[in-house]
Amino acid sequence: MSDTHAESIRFVRETTLPQAEPPVAERGIYKWGRENLFATPGNALLTLIALYVIYVVLSAVLPWLLNGVWNASSLSECREILAGETGGCFAVLVDRWQQLLFGFKYPSAEYWRPALAFVLFFVAAAPVLFFDLPRKMLAFTALFPFLAYWLIWGGPVLVPVVALVGFVVGYLAYAKLVTRSFAGGFFGGIAAAAVTWIIGGFIVDWLSGPSSLLRAVPSRDLGGYMLNFMLGVTCVSLSVPFGIALALGRQSSMPLIKWVSVVFIEFIRGVPLITLLFVASVMLAYFFPPDSNVDLFLRVVIMITMFSSAYIAEVIRGGLAALPKGQYEAADSLGLDYAQAMRLIILPQALKISIPGIVNIAVGLFKDTTLVSVISMFDLVGMIRGPILASTDWNGVYWELLGFAALLFFVVCYGISQYSQWLERRLATDHR
Amino acid sequence: MKKTAIFGALTIAGLAAGAAAAGTLDDVKARGKLNCGVTTGLVGFAAPDANGKWEGFDVAVCRAVAAAVLGDGDAVEFVPTTGKTRFTALASGEIDVLARNTTWTFSRDVDLKFNFIGVNYYDGQGFMVPKALGVSSAKDLDGATVCIQTGTTTELNLADFFRTNNINYEPVPIETNAEAQQQYLAGACDVYTTDASGLAATRATFETPGDHILLPEIISKEPLGPLVRHGDDEWGDVVAWTLYALIAAEELGVTSANVAEIGTSTNNPEIKRLLGTEGTLGEMMGVDADWAAKAIAVGGNYGEIFAKNIGEETPIGLARGLNAQWTNGGLIYAPPFR
Repeated sequence: MSDTHAESIRFVRETTLPQAEPPVAERGIYKWGRENLFATPGNALLTLIALYVIYVVLSAVLPWLLNGVWNASSLSECREILAGETGGCFAVLVDRWQQLLFGFKYPSAEYWRPALAFVLFFVAAAPVLFFDLPRKMLAFTALFPFLAYWLIWGGPVLVPVVALVGFVVGYLAYAKLVTRSFAGGFFGGIAAAAVTWIIGGFIVDWLSGPSSLLRAVPSRDLGGYMLNFMLGVTCVSLSVPFGIALALGRQSSMPLIKWVSVVFIEFIRGVPLITLLFVASVMLAYFFPPDSNVDLFLRVVIMITMFSSAYIAEVIRGGLAALPKGQYEAADSLGLDYAQAMRLIILPQALKISIPGIVNIAVGLFKDTTLVSVISMFDLVGMIRGPILASTDWNGVYWELLGFAALLFFVVCYGISQYSQWLERRLATDHR
Repeated sequence: MKKTAIFGALTIAGLAAGAAAAGTLDDVKARGKLNCGVTTGLVGFAAPDANGKWEGFDVAVCRAVAAAVLGDGDAVEFVPTTGKTRFTALASGEIDVLARNTTWTFSRDVDLKFNFIGVNYYDGQGFMVPKALGVSSAKDLDGATVCIQTGTTTELNLADFFRTNNINYEPVPIETNAEAQQQYLAGACDVYTTDASGLAATRATFETPGDHILLPEIISKEPLGPLVRHGDDEWGDVVAWTLYALIAAEELGVTSANVAEIGTSTNNPEIKRLLGTEGTLGEMMGVDADWAAKAIAVGGNYGEIFAKNIGEETPIGLARGLNAQWTNGGLIYAPPFR
């Protein structure tokens, strides 16, 4: 710099000023608060009202939650400990948690079995839910139903093994015969599996002695949240394939298949679930001789599966209808047969469209499993309404028990919903 | 056409099964277990405890019958039934006896084809009011609001009672006992009315039971008792006389403490006949000679069962009232063992 002006100019700043912080009202929480909470007088008013409501709710709930009693043997003892102060009586959860989770008749020495099955369920479900995982894990998924059955019900290990062998034999027969005709393969497979099961049944009766590795637990001893979870998982996983079959059947050009599907769907959708459950528990008892009762759990699974597959069929039909006709024609022009076209082109797109609907039904179905409490099965709600509230110790505890049940259901339903959103993002191939 | 044939075949199969199950006593013995229908849970009458063991006043009847027939009070498969499923469970043969605080009525006995074998609890509809209301008789309830479960006989009984006494009331219809409890405590109604035993059990769960009183009027008859299927009188006799044995034991002073030795030490011939140390009463009925002794040993006599499950020492705190022995002015009365 020249010093020409050194005399005429008093001061020259040679460095830039350090950046000043923005004014208080324009930064941090003030700015955020002003813009988001108090932007207009109307907003300010709403904010104040909202704060007041939050305060009222928290001031009622927090003392109840934090001051709760966790250690007592009855409601009256809880009240003695609280001595008139506000507080929940969570001791009922400590005292009866096994009954809430497993029902009151499942032998307590065997709780590890359903717990282990529960953990393995996630291993088995992972490759189905997250298809980036190695495909070899599907082998375990295929084995899991038989393993879980053996873990939860116990009894002779040969029963699930024979069931598994039946499926394998059925599949082999199908694979051998299907090259000639689909119908031959289909019915041949079923026949082969049935023959295997009948022969296997005799072998099981003949071989299995009274002692077995895992103690047998009859179905009516199952209960608590375990029962809800088992019903939910079994019925959802069974009703998706049935729903797909029904949806395709309804679109079929063969009148017999079409009308069977239509009548089934319309009839089942026109009947309340609770009616179907009553039929399962009450009416069927008249038709079977007293000693050869078909397992109540199985009856309920069949009824709930029928119910939800009818709904899922309609959701998937919506997905099929949403596909442009060009997709069907493109499949035909490639020379694909019906099965290939469906498997490779139509269903992947239709199912993707149907995901929100299917998840909606799965969540609803999972919560509907609590309806079995009206046919005196002791699921989570049945346990609360029946044995626990009817015990002299805990009669009168409502919020704590029902809140706990709500929490358990919320965790699962929220998890399902989050998964479906992930799945939709993962499968998004359109350019929006 | 084909469906009709299938249903017909199923019906015939069901009827055949019903016919095959005629000898319930033999069936129970062969099975080694008594299938007993109970409620899914009613305070004091039937509920599983923290270990899953069923306890209660109705449960005690099941255990006594199992002990009389099979010699083991734990040889019972408890089948929980709801108000809707109880009668079909009994009619279809799923259970051998229903002990589920069921009111003995004409239509249930005659039309539904069941046999009530006796009464183990005489109940009746009562009223509960807050003490602060300052009412001592149901006749003072003119203009009161009354919480009442809809669709029950209590609703009709209530209307009759107020009409005969020429006073007015305002009903607050509610659905379940739990809801009634909350409504009553919240002050939505001045009075809550249902069976007196239910009122006592409900009051026992209140934070301050002392602030509420049960009015002395009982306005209906609700005899609760166990029942069996029509047409199998041998089995009905076994259940009925087991209940009578418990009742007679209280009258005769046989308790769970002395039942083991009183049969030989006493001079009273009726006790000897009851406990099987004399006579052949058990043989006549097709069970062991000491059937009654076993039944009494499980939970004690009628009075002990009452005191342990619903009596004044329990939180439910029911007085004997109508359920006292006839010698004490109650209705509990067993025919003679002779």
